Amino acid sequence: MEANYGYSDGSGDYFIIVDTDKCNGCGDCVTACPERVFEVAPDDYGKKVALVKESVASKVSYVCPGYKPCSANVETTCHTACKMGAISHTW
Amino acid sequence: MLFMGIDIGSRGAKGVVIEDNQIATAFIGDTGPESVKTSEMVRDNMLAKLGMDMSKITYTMATGYGRVLVPFAAENVSEISAHAKGAHWYFPSVRTILDMGGQDCKAINVNDKGQVTKFIMNDKCAGGTGRFLELIASVLGLRLEDIGQTSLESKKNFPFNTVCAVFAKSEAISLMKKGTPKSDILAGLHDAIAVRCYNLLKRVNIEKDFTITGGIAKNQGMVAKIKEKLGMEPVLAPDPQIMGALGASLFARERYMAKQNAAPAS
Amino acid sequence: MPVAGIDVGSQTTKVVILNDGQVVGQSVMVSAEEAETGARKALDEALQQAGLALSDLTTIVATGAGRKDVSFAQKQKTSLSCLAKGINRLLPAVRTLIDVGAESSTVIRINEKGGVDDSIGHDRCASGTGAFLESMAKLMQMPLPEMGQESLKAQRRAEVSSMCAIFAEQEVISHVHRVPPTPKADIIAGIHGSMAVRIVGLAKRIGVKPEIALTGGVARNVGFARVIEEELKQKVVVPDNPQIVAALGAARIAQEEGGKQ
Repeated sequence: MEANYGYSDGSGDYFIIVDTDKCNGCGDCVTACPERVFEVAPDDYGKKVALVKESVASKVSYVCPGYKPCSANVETTCHTACKMGAISHTW
Repeated sequence: MLFMGIDIGSRGAKGVVIEDNQIATAFIGDTGPESVKTSEMVRDNMLAKLGMDMSKITYTMATGYGRVLVPFAAENVSEISAHAKGAHWYFPSVRTILDMGGQDCKAINVNDKGQVTKFIMNDKCAGGTGRFLELIASVLGLRLEDIGQTSLESKKNFPFNTVCAVFAKSEAISLMKKGTPKSDILAGLHDAIAVRCYNLLKRVNIEKDFTITGGIAKNQGMVAKIKEKLGMEPVLAPDPQIMGALGASLFARERYMAKQNAAPAS
Repeated sequence: MPVAGIDVGSQTTKVVILNDGQVVGQSVMVSAEEAETGARKALDEALQQAGLALSDLTTIVATGAGRKDVSFAQKQKTSLSCLAKGINRLLPAVRTLIDVGAESSTVIRINEKGGVDDSIGHDRCASGTGAFLESMAKLMQMPLPEMGQESLKAQRRAEVSSMCAIFAEQEVISHVHRVPPTPKADIIAGIHGSMAVRIVGLAKRIGVKPEIALTGGVARNVGFARVIEEELKQKVVVPDNPQIVAALGAARIAQEEGGKQ
């Protein structure tokens, strides 16, 4: 499943995308993210996967600065931490 | 065996009971300030119609915004998965779902088993939700159920360059003052919302068959605009609002059966 | 040589007249239905203050959302360059400008020369703009100018987590109807806080360097300025007339460049 967490408003599209078919539920993204955006929990089909916390999804662009600005300041990002390449950003 | 699904949305509360893969009864009401009481009201209404008590219901699951606040549900499931399952039950050929609820809008891809393969949900912005249409209806002094029809009477689309409900509302007010016909204002707004739905749908795969669920599917003006943007005829269920509750009841059946199979034979 | 800068905003029109580099007249008026009419009125008032006539002005530069409708201006400039130019004159040490107007918010990174290094804006959504505050003031049944002072009495910020003005309204209503109701001051501080989170989130995307200034009509709200400081954890300066910064910048451009295209 390709899960898009976030929203689009007048100013742009802000989605963090988790491909749960690729995700192995290891949780490396949970510790890598400086803003603690992710958690690991079972989805509705019983698979343990990474997901964006519900409290974050509705204000994701204010919690996560976006992939490029974040990667400029942080050594390990959610993208690089994920060995399965399951995480991507739209901004 | 009977299975119950309860969908506590931000505006509407829905319930479905299924028996032998048929809808035994369904209920649609308003979500009150207390989700627990609302869910009990939905439950009691359905039980009364069936002339039964809760002991006859084998397994119950909840979905929707208030899904964790349904005390008599054994489990809960996200509204995305519930909608996918419900829509798949109605139309096994459906691959793309647009659901517009009171405070959110979602686009879902579903496979031939009724499982979600891709989804996107917008619940941060009131633009492109039922709430937006409610606001506009009240600004124009029309009933919510009439605005779709009124928009179809328009001769000229008035273009709105904003989907922000706050800005669109003030623009609609100033257009009214200038004497722009209500039908043209509504046509423009419906168009702006349809564009927004289309943009959301573009983030998933727009594949046949396509269905629209939620109360919005009853708004003919909206359905016409979305059809126009997508160039695709939607298949519409007779009661598009109960899709989430239906899905939850189907999940209840599935989870119960799985548990039965997993239980060691005694 | 007298010149004028006109900033036609979505809600107010601002004019600054400079003569030999000195401010000799300025005005702030509610924007008219027709941008041009409103601009003329505001300009007339500033001219009267300066004791000048329209024919005395050598150059007029227009800026703001309605700048294209001011046919008597020789030039139109973006709000970004005018804001940078304006704040550079008032507070030359400012490197980050946060401007919150009625229907937009903008963050600009400014260099030593008053040029724009980077910027990010937000004008398609009412969250984080004056329109958000205005709808909240209506809901709280409180005149907008009193919101700032009232919020300073807050013990804590009430939770207003929705980013959308429409959804936040419902949160605010539930605070009012709670038993016992959340104190008014706390609710308003919560409203300011939710706006500040949005704007600071925007600012962080381009990076925030001191000194930081807050301008635009919303900058007059002392409570809002304070929560911006709390969110940034840095000092924020508000100039005396935070609304006229873009108009001042436009006037400076008029003075420097003249009417030549």
